[in-house]
Amino acid sequence: MTAVNLGLPTLACPVVSIEDPEFKDHTVDNSVEKPQLSADVRHQELEALRTGGVASVHSWELVTAVDGPGTRMTLFLSGCPLRCQYCHNPDTLKMRDGQITTIEEIMGRIEHYRGIFKVTGGGVTISGGEPLMQPAFVKRVFAECRALGIHTTLDTSGFLGKRASDALLDNVDLVLLDVKSGLPETYKEVTGRDLAPTIEFGDRLAARGIKIWIRFVLVPGLTDAVENVEAAADIVMRWPSVDRVEVLPFHQMGEDKWNQLGLEYKLHGVTPPDKALQERVRDQFRARGLTVF
Amino acid sequence: MIAPTGLVHICNPDVPGNSYTNRRAIELTITENMHSESREHNESQAGWAGFTPGVWQDGIDVRDFIQKNYTPYEGDASFLAGATERTLGIWKILSDKFPEERAKGVYDVDALTPSTITAHKPGYIDEKNELIVGLQTDAPLKRAIMPYGGWRMVATSLETYGYDVSPELEHIFTTYRKTHNEGVFDVYPPAVRRARSSHLITGLPDAYGRGRIIGDYRRVALYGVDALIAAKKVERATLDMGFSTENTIRDREENAEQVKALKELIAMAKTYGADISRPAANAKEAVQWLYFAYLGAIKEQNGAAMSFGRNTAFLDVYIQRDLDAGVLTEEDAQELIDDLVIKLRIVRFLRTPEYDDIFAGDPTWVTESIGGVGEDGRPLVVKSAFRFLQTLYNLGPAPEPNLTVLWSEKLPEGFKRFCAQVSIDTSAIQYESDALIRDAWGDDAAIACCVSPMRVGKQMQFFGARVNTVKALLYSINGGRDEKSGKQIAPATTPFAGEVLDFDSVWKNYMVTLEWLAETYVDALNCIHYMHDKYAYERLEMALHDGEILRTMACGIAGLSVSADSLSAIKYAKVSVVRDETGLIVDYTIDGEFPAFGNDDDRVDAIAVEITTAFMTMIRKHKTYRDALHTQSVLTITSNVVYGKATGNTPDGRRAGAPFAPGANPMNGRDTHGMLASALSVAKLPYDQAQDGISLTNTVVPTGLGREKPEQITNLVGLLDAMVVSNGYHANINVLNRDTLLDAMENPENYPQLTIRVSGYAVNFVRLTRDQQMDVISRTFHAGV
Repeated sequence: MTAVNLGLPTLACPVVSIEDPEFKDHTVDNSVEKPQLSADVRHQELEALRTGGVASVHSWELVTAVDGPGTRMTLFLSGCPLRCQYCHNPDTLKMRDGQITTIEEIMGRIEHYRGIFKVTGGGVTISGGEPLMQPAFVKRVFAECRALGIHTTLDTSGFLGKRASDALLDNVDLVLLDVKSGLPETYKEVTGRDLAPTIEFGDRLAARGIKIWIRFVLVPGLTDAVENVEAAADIVMRWPSVDRVEVLPFHQMGEDKWNQLGLEYKLHGVTPPDKALQERVRDQFRARGLTVF
Repeated sequence: MIAPTGLVHICNPDVPGNSYTNRRAIELTITENMHSESREHNESQAGWAGFTPGVWQDGIDVRDFIQKNYTPYEGDASFLAGATERTLGIWKILSDKFPEERAKGVYDVDALTPSTITAHKPGYIDEKNELIVGLQTDAPLKRAIMPYGGWRMVATSLETYGYDVSPELEHIFTTYRKTHNEGVFDVYPPAVRRARSSHLITGLPDAYGRGRIIGDYRRVALYGVDALIAAKKVERATLDMGFSTENTIRDREENAEQVKALKELIAMAKTYGADISRPAANAKEAVQWLYFAYLGAIKEQNGAAMSFGRNTAFLDVYIQRDLDAGVLTEEDAQELIDDLVIKLRIVRFLRTPEYDDIFAGDPTWVTESIGGVGEDGRPLVVKSAFRFLQTLYNLGPAPEPNLTVLWSEKLPEGFKRFCAQVSIDTSAIQYESDALIRDAWGDDAAIACCVSPMRVGKQMQFFGARVNTVKALLYSINGGRDEKSGKQIAPATTPFAGEVLDFDSVWKNYMVTLEWLAETYVDALNCIHYMHDKYAYERLEMALHDGEILRTMACGIAGLSVSADSLSAIKYAKVSVVRDETGLIVDYTIDGEFPAFGNDDDRVDAIAVEITTAFMTMIRKHKTYRDALHTQSVLTITSNVVYGKATGNTPDGRRAGAPFAPGANPMNGRDTHGMLASALSVAKLPYDQAQDGISLTNTVVPTGLGREKPEQITNLVGLLDAMVVSNGYHANINVLNRDTLLDAMENPENYPQLTIRVSGYAVNFVRLTRDQQMDVISRTFHAGV
């Protein structure tokens, strides 16, 4: 089943197993099996995905203040190995739902916004989904951005950190690292996956001195346990290149999308964290000398 | 031109000579009414002491005065002073009256005195405490009647608010004194009447004052009115040299009216104990003289927009001189500006509910243009620019005056950050591209109304409201019939006979309809402005202009994003028509997807550009009254709601009656790539094809700009820079939570000062109609920008 590795390096990632029945229908991209595509076209597309000449793209947006400094073009790639209960972009989970887009098209748009990046101190952010599902593409985009003097940001859970080659990281100015929980069991409950790869990736970023903004999504009853936050804060504290921590209060704006996609939404009825809870959690990070928002 | 200033010149050896001697002969013949030379000399000297001389002393040239004398300020806002007890006391007297005014619609009306510059006795808010004096009538918030625009508007307004209509006045203004309104309807051709009654052209200033004229009110402070009268007499002498053709006769009559108005202005100020025949001698007088000049204009005219000009650098020269001399403190300076702004906040006109539909929230557009960069590269940012913005803190947010910052990425950082901070805190500022305006109109241009730029004192516009480009599109599909009434409005063409609309033929027919509309539209505007000049001439405002001025014929278009999206749907998706039993096409079904305006997508943005350019080209084909320069705006004010109500289903899926997007805005919710991408689509509309301005309104929630205030400020500054470097023309910025607005709808009493920016101006949210409030709330809120 070659299609399984679509967009992934041929060196199979040890953690995304194609046999994993839970994720088979989600992470595996079936778009190449669309009947209208000839075998030849399919082959070319696969090759392009492998080399990063194209990507499965969900959308792009010009954003300010959310995905790194200044005004940024955030590119949302399709496909994610995690199944976070609170995901507010569940429409980016499957790679097959994305639009196959060439790197030329993306770079054309990025260059179009150079003046804006310059006056706002912004740049390009690649998010998702999980951008490291398509590392060859990310690597090429960031390399071209670096050549153009454009600030680059990678927004990732770190779960597929191993797929980020050193050459890829050479051209990354900032990583938005989503540390979803500090306790492995909670992490598993939240995402369906293991915490360890994220820690490993953070260690690697820190060792390379790459600037990190940590994100922690605060969901009452799911991620808010004192010990879970303590553990997360301890992990983050190990990384000297962490510049800020953003505690993001959970919101229910994703629920409609889950319903539209016919997926089960486990957080129905959960209320966003109140101010007191948010401050308690922020204080837990602050207690370790971190800059927290 | 020169007059008493020329006399000053004689006595002032410091000023290099020029060719004034040639004009000396004329001057000497026209100075009978003036004061003696020596007195003139002394008073000008007193007013101008310490100022750097220049050609501004030889003739009327306020720009030269500013350039020679202003002090750019590159610092931050830390020098500013707060409100004094005195200021707050005056503001409280007024704000205590606002709830009653809001409840009744008007606080009070003088229903018996047609307003002129001198018609009303002096009025005060708190006589012993006011620093700057003068009211439109004899009491604050009491509105005047101004019947020259049209008697019906006056009578309807009075009836609406429960005031008796004086039979005597009615007799005068329907029997003896013709009005602008009557004149226009005497001459409208049938096509104009049809287009007007079918809402294809609406909001025309044919029953109310056209406004959008900015007198150069600064001239009164700098030169004194005697000098202005003398200069007008020099202009008259030139006119008298020409043979009496129709144009020359009109110019002479207007000149005579201007002089009379100036004399009345002196008389009005005298009732307040001020002698404005001479130049202002200090900061307080400069502010007072400036305000008297403006007050005269708003006593005489109920124009749709009565804008104030570009005054901060001018006033700052006087304030700085007094600060330097140690006769004024920062607190005093702020008090003067606060007091002036209080007056500007209570400008009131008597208007009808129908008027409110198109211009909601009782706006007066006392637009003050602030900042910008001069032609020599020095920023025109002064401390008084900060002081004007500071009034939003000292007095709380308010929609008027309509504070408009001419933004450039080259503005000093301290000013940029203060503007952004004030926007975040109050939502009360709008921004326009300084570069686009300066390149077209120079560095002493100001905004009239929302987005209309003009050289102060050298240019005026014939305000032309706007046409409904969406309805025109529907007409072109229906063979010129109205999609709601079925009536034949545009000339009959072959209606579309097939099922699936084809872009090329729709476009071709659309152009045919627009050609007819452009002709009909300019035809209407010529009628209107001929009559406005004749029956409701702005005597004082025009007295504060040069004799020879540039006039623009300011056309406008509405519904651009709906038209562009509809054509995009026809081009990129499959749009089938739905007919009613009479064969009229009344609805559309869309199969497939299409790019929508507002996503920086050239496929559809190019259509919007093409519509704008095509219509402007068509407008230019038609001769204008007084050979005015053709321009157009992409602006709706709040008429996007009434336009939408009057327009049927559209090929983009918009339902009949649903509001259009305001101004040049993309349709609500269709701009999915962020606020800036939305702005970039709008920025593609070429300014040289829409020289009267292109309006964009954005709303963002505070956290969408960043996590903390300094970051939010940095990011808003970056966004504004990004918009202007991308050739964006205008941006209204609201920083608001949707919940705040919903709560304000339910509990208006808790939000008396909640200010939001709509299409080119700001309003008190609680004064909007419920429809308009819902429209504002349904507009795209950018959670992240």
